[in-house]
Amino acid sequence: MRYTPHTSADREQMLRATGIDSIEALYQHVPATLRQQSKINLPKGVSEFAVRQRLASLASRNATPPEWSLFLGGGIYHHFIPSVVDATISRAEFSTSYTPYQPEVSQGTLQALFEYQTLICQLTGMEVSNSAVYDGASAAAEAVLMSRRIQPSTRRRVLISRALHPQYRAVIATYLRNLRDVELEEIPFAATGATDAEEVARRVDDRSMCLVLGYPNFFGVIEDLAPPKMACSKAGAHLISVTTEPLSLAILKPPGEFGVDIAVGEGQSLGVPMSLGGPAFGFFACQKKFVRNMPGRLVGETVDCEGRRGFVLTLATREQHIRREKATSNICTSQTLCTLAATVFMSLLGKSGLRTLAEVNTLRAHDVFAQLQKATKLEAAFSAPFFNEFVLRAPDVRRLFVQCADHKIVPGILLSDDYPELANSFLICVTEMNQREEIERLVRTVSQ
Amino acid sequence: MSVPSANNQRSRARAPKLIFETGSPGRSGFSWPAEPGKLEEHLPPALLRNDIPNFPELGELEVLRHFTRLSQRNFAIESQFYPLGSCTMKYNPKINEVVARLPGFAEAHPLAPPELLQGALALLHELERILAEISGMAHVSLQPSAGAQGELTGLMLIRACLAERGDPRKKVIVPDTAHGTNPASSALCGYDVVQISSNERGVIDAATVEQTMDDSVAAVMITNPNTLGLFETNIEAITEIVHAKGGMIYLDGANLNALMGIAKPGHMGVDVLHLNLHKTFSTPHGGGGPGAGPVAVTHALSEFLPVPRIIKRGDRFELQEDCPKSVGRVRSFFGNFGILLRAYSYITALGGDGLEDASRMALLNANYIRKKLAKNYQLAYNEPCMHECIFTDRLQQKSGVSTLDIAKRLLDYGHHPPTIYFPLVVSGALMIEPTETESLETLDDFIDAMLAIAAEAKEEPELVKEAPYSTPVRRLDEAKAARKPVLRWEPPSRADKGED
Repeated sequence: MRYTPHTSADREQMLRATGIDSIEALYQHVPATLRQQSKINLPKGVSEFAVRQRLASLASRNATPPEWSLFLGGGIYHHFIPSVVDATISRAEFSTSYTPYQPEVSQGTLQALFEYQTLICQLTGMEVSNSAVYDGASAAAEAVLMSRRIQPSTRRRVLISRALHPQYRAVIATYLRNLRDVELEEIPFAATGATDAEEVARRVDDRSMCLVLGYPNFFGVIEDLAPPKMACSKAGAHLISVTTEPLSLAILKPPGEFGVDIAVGEGQSLGVPMSLGGPAFGFFACQKKFVRNMPGRLVGETVDCEGRRGFVLTLATREQHIRREKATSNICTSQTLCTLAATVFMSLLGKSGLRTLAEVNTLRAHDVFAQLQKATKLEAAFSAPFFNEFVLRAPDVRRLFVQCADHKIVPGILLSDDYPELANSFLICVTEMNQREEIERLVRTVSQ
Repeated sequence: MSVPSANNQRSRARAPKLIFETGSPGRSGFSWPAEPGKLEEHLPPALLRNDIPNFPELGELEVLRHFTRLSQRNFAIESQFYPLGSCTMKYNPKINEVVARLPGFAEAHPLAPPELLQGALALLHELERILAEISGMAHVSLQPSAGAQGELTGLMLIRACLAERGDPRKKVIVPDTAHGTNPASSALCGYDVVQISSNERGVIDAATVEQTMDDSVAAVMITNPNTLGLFETNIEAITEIVHAKGGMIYLDGANLNALMGIAKPGHMGVDVLHLNLHKTFSTPHGGGGPGAGPVAVTHALSEFLPVPRIIKRGDRFELQEDCPKSVGRVRSFFGNFGILLRAYSYITALGGDGLEDASRMALLNANYIRKKLAKNYQLAYNEPCMHECIFTDRLQQKSGVSTLDIAKRLLDYGHHPPTIYFPLVVSGALMIEPTETESLETLDDFIDAMLAIAAEAKEEPELVKEAPYSTPVRRLDEAKAARKPVLRWEPPSRADKGED
């Protein structure tokens, strides 16, 4: 399949107009040593039909619902996506446009991003939101970097909860590894599954730059952000909340209400397919006083020369294409099409729909939590309140997983690799997509 | 052609309201059966909110119509010629969208056991091999989410390797023609940036590198072809100088669309490069992402690549996390898988021969425009270009018409403007990258528009300076937006008070 429309007559005409005999004449200045070994040794092109067949064959080798029952969360969640979402992001006017550098012909994207920023502010209770970054993990890393820009150089100790998503902790460590002034310190979790509040109170001090907590955390536990916020305020450290399951914010007290300084997270839950974990987007919101230190794109409202309301990319002097090495971040993408999906999703579900969906998740997850403990040998690993994920302990968790696999069930995520102290435990997630029938099958299989 | 002017305005559709300004309390475009039980039975009330104030309340058609109307206020590849330099706005094949939505991909969960993800892992493993072949490098990591994250990852690899050799060094050399992300990524990787100038022909002299290169320099970042659309002809000499002094070469692969079948970065002595799959490999730009920025490296750098690595054992694919020298993880899960698979689909469709043809036609299209406009616009460098050509506004400046004016006037002619005022070394740059997927007729139509604007600039400069006239909004007050930023909608009562 080729997407070049030129006929041989076109090529001839263009060569003549360009004043050359062959296309090769255009790259004669490329050193011959390079040209001679430039052939790409890949199979020849194939028809669109063949492409489709090959990709369909690969797709069929992945285990997905409904054939498989997956009770998997851990940062990526299976939620229902109404048809309107894909219909909208499939519109070529959105999907095949560039970053809106020419605002006169990008008002669609710009207004949608302005609406997105507003929705994220409303959902998180924060004052400002940017137009998103790559994913939840890089959002968390960017939040720490932003704290570093704001805090004096005497504060370079970053406190990170061990109950924060392990991959997020890894990405933060990667982003910080070459900034030699920063120290990372881990705060343990308590027997409840929440970050150890006493440790927080003890360790947040006048050298702390920020404290990073999951909300809900990796174990699904809803952290109480009030005590850590008090500790951070007293000591002058920033509190950063990281939400991997933003649907929870439809019913939970939002980070803004606790006075969180920077609230970030993964947006996949809000209308973006799981797609092996990407692409989705990382949301990034903070208090207004930090706005000039934010990373990423920001869309602002203005007027045109005839007084009409319009939207533009703004405060660009923070950004790499203007400030180069002094920019707040190197990022220049905003995962726009994914944020559009979330904007449509949130607008469509709206105030009541988003709440309903969050309630269904909570109630169904708690129902499974109760059933499993009643009917099986599984025990709750933690006691703190949770949203749609929880950790269970099994006498022989490996055997349990094999047993479930025989029935095409993945009961959750094994925790032993990331948490040796939770060797027999697994993280189980229940969403509205886990149907009654498969929940019954899970309980039956596990109780065998 | 009838082109709008001040006296010839096309009527503008009434601007859509914001989503928050429409709808009605109690309305929703969603229903789901209620679940037995009550939240309060499970969660302490102190943890709960009762309401999301001012959140939208609309029906399904209202929502759909709102966003459809917004979409109609955008230019896009499928409706307009979009010759943005250095952005490679080629056609985004529809088949890529179809395969990305196959449930076996779209509903794959990244934390399922690898034995249940064999199709996806096979695809990723093969894509790594394919990109290694195209770039002439040894190994690839698909994890970086975009070009800038690829740059950061690549510099981290260099830093880790040099640190192991005893000294991570202090500086990175970046040419004045580089993308802004190059210096920004260097700074984030803990390096000081040293800028060097390109010569009067628009390329870097080996002598300039020789003078700046010493044992405090970790890497030289080169874009090839550079952002002037010119092949860095001294690349081999430059890599020799840098390697002799223990440094490495980072190649910004943003312009790889000019090179396929013409030259491979791996043969130039490049140590690491990133590829922009949303440019060269046709994945849609989405109005500003998502993209994907894989990094390709030499053997020497491969053990530092991010984890997890995808390993093939027999006919099974596994994940390897235990790589002691790895720089670690740069993002969650596997990178932007949905974008990676679109690129795989594109490469499968074109094949090696199709990719080579794509680059050649990209060169021909760019040079055709260069030649056709050269009499009426001043070329920044008067020689054959690779995939993009750069003009300046010097001729139009005589009547006070600037690059910005030309760009805005192009909107009235129905074309998206080129990249403007970049690269910074060219005053008033107009950077035109047509890509290979545009037909001769489209190029001619664009050329006619540019020639018409050149004539207008001479005869009716005010017409050009006030453009555009036909767009949903006209020139916007960007200074106002930055001076007192309004970054979210507020309910009228609060906005009226002028709350800052």
